[in-house]
This record gives sequence, C-alpha cells and structure tokens, in this order.
Amino acid sequence: MATTTLTRPAQHTGTTQDLRKPRRKLTVGRVAAIVVAAFIAVLWLIPFAWATVTAFKTETDASASKISWIPPSGFTVEAFAKVFQDGNIPLWTWNSLYTSAAITIITLVISALVAYALSRIDFKGKKLLMTVIIASIIIPPPVLIIPLFYQMLALKMIDTSWAIILPQVIHPAMVFVLKKFFDQIPRELEEAAVMDGASRLRIFMTIILPLSRPILAAVAIFTFIGAWNNFLWPFISTNDDSLLTLPVGLQTIKSAYGVQYAQNMASALLAALPLIVVFLFFQRQIIKGISTTGLAGT
Amino acid sequence: MSSSTLSRQASQPGTTQSRNANAGLSLRSKRDALSGWTFSAPFLVFFLVFLVWPIIYGFYMSLTGKSLTGANDSLIGFANYSEAFADAGMWRSLGNTLYFTVISTVPLVLVALLMAALLNMNLPAQWLFRLSYFAPFLLASTVVSLFFTWMYNPQLGLINDFLAKIGLPKVAWLNDPNVAMWAIVIATLWWTVGFNFLLYLAAMQNIPAQHYEAASLDGAGGWRQFFSITLPQLTPTTVMIVLLQILASLKIFDQIYQMTAGGPGGSTRPVVQYIFETGFTGYRLGYSAAISYIFFGLIVVVSVMQFVITRRRSA
Repeated sequence: MATTTLTRPAQHTGTTQDLRKPRRKLTVGRVAAIVVAAFIAVLWLIPFAWATVTAFKTETDASASKISWIPPSGFTVEAFAKVFQDGNIPLWTWNSLYTSAAITIITLVISALVAYALSRIDFKGKKLLMTVIIASIIIPPPVLIIPLFYQMLALKMIDTSWAIILPQVIHPAMVFVLKKFFDQIPRELEEAAVMDGASRLRIFMTIILPLSRPILAAVAIFTFIGAWNNFLWPFISTNDDSLLTLPVGLQTIKSAYGVQYAQNMASALLAALPLIVVFLFFQRQIIKGISTTGLAGT
Repeated sequence: MSSSTLSRQASQPGTTQSRNANAGLSLRSKRDALSGWTFSAPFLVFFLVFLVWPIIYGFYMSLTGKSLTGANDSLIGFANYSEAFADAGMWRSLGNTLYFTVISTVPLVLVALLMAALLNMNLPAQWLFRLSYFAPFLLASTVVSLFFTWMYNPQLGLINDFLAKIGLPKVAWLNDPNVAMWAIVIATLWWTVGFNFLLYLAAMQNIPAQHYEAASLDGAGGWRQFFSITLPQLTPTTVMIVLLQILASLKIFDQIYQMTAGGPGGSTRPVVQYIFETGFTGYRLGYSAAISYIFFGLIVVVSVMQFVITRRRSA
C-alpha cells in the first residue's frame, strides 16, 4: 500500500507510458541496481536475523565459539521464558506505553492549540511568540538535563512518572509543522461558522481538527516513537525499579545478565516488537509524515 | 502572514464606513488578543517551566559551585568556565563529539542518497527494501546497542567470524581505541540512515518527470541524468539533511554510553557523557552546567553557520 502512495506522485506528473517502460526493460543497469539494493537489504536485515537466531538458542549454543545459524541443540524458547520469569519486561513495557501515551496526548493538545492561535488569531505579541518558539528548536535537550534534574528535585517529582513525562511534551518543531498545515486550510471554511457566532474553540474543534487528521497523526506517531525510544532523560529522572521505561530497564539487565547472550537478544527483541507492530499498522502515515514534514523524532 | 494583511486593512484611514469597521475590528481584536493568549497558554506554561526556566536556571547554576551533595550554592562568577577551558577531559570529549559528527555525517548522507537513488528506479519488491532500510530507525538505542555489542563480540561475534572466514584478522571492535569510534559509527549508520533515506526518496519523487523525459530525448543516460538533474534538484534536501544530521550527531550519547561507556580509555566519550558524569557521578552540578553551556554555544555557532550558508545559497 505504502509503495503505491510513494510512487504515485511521480506517475501523475509524467505520462504513465514513459514511466512504465523502464519497469519492463531489464537493462544491465537495472539488474545491477537490484543486486546492490538487495545486498544492502541483506546487510540491514542481518542484525535482526542474528538476534532472532540467538534468542531461540540455548545459552550453551549461543556462547559456543563456533558460529551457527542452525544451532546443534535445536531452537528453543527457553531464553524468552527466562526473560519473562525473572525480568520486568512486561512492567517496563507498560511504563513505556503509558508515559509515551501521556507525552503524546499532552504534546498534541498543547501544540495544536498554540499552532491554531499562531495560524489564525491576530494578537499582540504573536510574532515574538513565534520567533521564540522557532528559535528554541535549536536547543539540544542534553543541555537541559542538569537544571531539569535539579528542578524536578525541587518539585519533588524525581522518582515519579511526572518527571519522565512533563519535560518531554515541548516540541517546538511540531508546533511549527502544525502551524504550517493550519495555514493551508482555507479561511472561507470558517466564515460560515463565524457568522453563526461560533466561538474560536468550537471552530477549532469542529472545523480545523477534523481537517487536520493526517498531520495530527504524523505528529502523534513521531512524538510517540521519540518518547518510546528516549533514553537519556528517563535514565536520569528515575531510579525506582518499578518506574523504569523499557530502554532504561534493558540497560540495567544487560549488566545483570552478563554473558547470557540468548536472554539478552530475547529481551532486545521483545523490546523491539511493540514499535515494529506500530509501524506495520501505521507505515503509510509514518512514511508520509517523514516525507511531507521531515519530522525528526526530537 | 495573513495577520499582517488583516491589520493593514484595519489601519487604513478614510470614510466613516471604514472607521466603523475599525471600531468593529478593534473590539474583535481585543477578543482575539484574549483568545490568542488563551490558546497559547497551555503550551506556554510548559514551555516556560520546562524549557525557558531550566535554560535560565542552568546558566545561574553554571555560575555557582553547586553540588549534588548540597554544599556550595554561592555565586563564584565564571570560575567554572575558566576551569572548563583548562580541562583536558572536556576538550577531549568535545573533540570526540566533533570527530564522531564529522565521520558519521558523511556516510549517513551518502548511504541514504544511494539507497534512495536505487529505490527511485522502481525496482521490484520495493516495499521489502524500504522496510529493511527503515526498520532499524524504530528501535530504541538500547536494542541497537545490544544487537551490535553481540555482533562485535571479539570471540563469539558474527563480524569477526566473517572476517576470519575471508582470511582477514580479527578486530577488537569496541576495545581498540583506534577502532571503537568507527564501530559506533557503523552501528549508528545502520540504526538511523533510514530516516535520511526516506527524506531523500520523497524529494526525488517530487522531481517532475518532464525533466527526465527532456533529458532522455537529448540522449542523456541514467548516470548523466542523475548528476545533471537529480543531484542539483536535491540541493535543498541535501542541505536540510546535512543540517539535521550534524545537529543530531553532536548530541551523541545513548549508543556510546551503552556500547563502550565512553571507553576504551575515554577514546569514545562524548561531551554529553562528560556533562552527565561531572554532574551525577562527580556531583558537581555547577561545573557540569558550565560545560553544558559551552556545548550549547558550540551548537548555536553551528546552527548560525548553517543558517548563513543556507541563506546565501537560496539568495
């Protein structure tokens, strides 16, 4: 599905015939391109494949000095069972899930509201506000970890989920992207509602938001991926074992398991699974989101 | 932009009618001012509390001897900064960060360009290629680090096994100070190149097909078309990707911390790790904040340089 979405614009601009022609012709160049593309794809899939094979091995086979893609003692789910038994993976997954969801929801609400004001409402100080928000895009989050940590200490939020969630909801780049999208919605659509005396909030909820679903989805997905995979801030702001997010939790068991290679790979795969599933469901929006907005997982 | 149009109309002096309109608009604009700030308020609160305040407070901290153990809170002026400028550890970590940024940006841009150019040729099984190039981007740094630490394992690792099979000597990937940073670059390339690749692919597919039709009528081959049409048309995209990549690479921390912890012998320790360690392991929050600000200064310089270059290009 996503394939067609991405290639469709190209086909519309030219005549279909011209673009179809090279598809059938198998020139030397095209064969070479397929070989190179496939070679890179194999290289890129090897880490996944090797991790998967290792995760389904016994520890003895995994740490055998002879590399085997098909283990001598056969495949087993032992490592996964062990990880579930004595690991906290389900708890950490849950922590990642609800903190990321909270971050996404708050980000979406506050960013869409301010973006609407910047796009549609005339008010004093708007230009300054816009300039400050755009300028803040260059602030690298790692610069803030020391004062933020101290602030959380003062607010007594260290070792609560709030410490993980609250500082991650400000995404100036997302505000900018939303504002640009709102700018493109024709003003005529609102005029009838204004005549009827509808409030700004009503216009925003009933006209702007429904028209902005694609960009809202893109912003939501990227905020979620960014929050889900964030390491540095959750790592600093929580020490409580029961609050750890998946990436931070994994870091702790990596050292605890030591040389348990099969278990390490099993937990890595379990941690990777949720986002891979998200991707399979939302791949169209993700790819479109990247191509139209250039959003980074900031 | 539309805001200026509106206010310009409103400020036009003239007939009574337009003065009436003026009165109406000023009432409207009062209401607008209120709703404008109301809509902005939730974001502003978070923005001020969790971004603006930490920036100001962090700068204040950098002027104190504050430590995690709660000792010296008093202002000591720029002593932390002068100490930092004389601190070999900070310079080394800044150097490592810049080194990583330089050697990672080139492959992260070129490999992305190659991937996009290949997939722009309408190859069969597109979706499979695209999925495999992009999927690693979805992983957490911890997962990437686990994968690569395992593959880089000197005795049991897949990579050394392959090197041995083709008759090459084994490499102590993460334990050799001369190799470790390159090992990190390879892992980072695998992890994040998919994002740049999608940006390039989208930009390529926006190039009008007529350009290529005209070129092939003139007898230009595939390579010629790539260098005379595709690449020039991609210039704005390339500038953007390089900018995003440099800013992202300067912030490197996660995968290094997890794969080498900055070793061997500090040869991969980036500046973010140095900030983290002086603050949380060394308990010197004030000093750590000062290094954060030096690093921030570096990022601002890079951003301004990029901005100037982009402006000149588009002018």
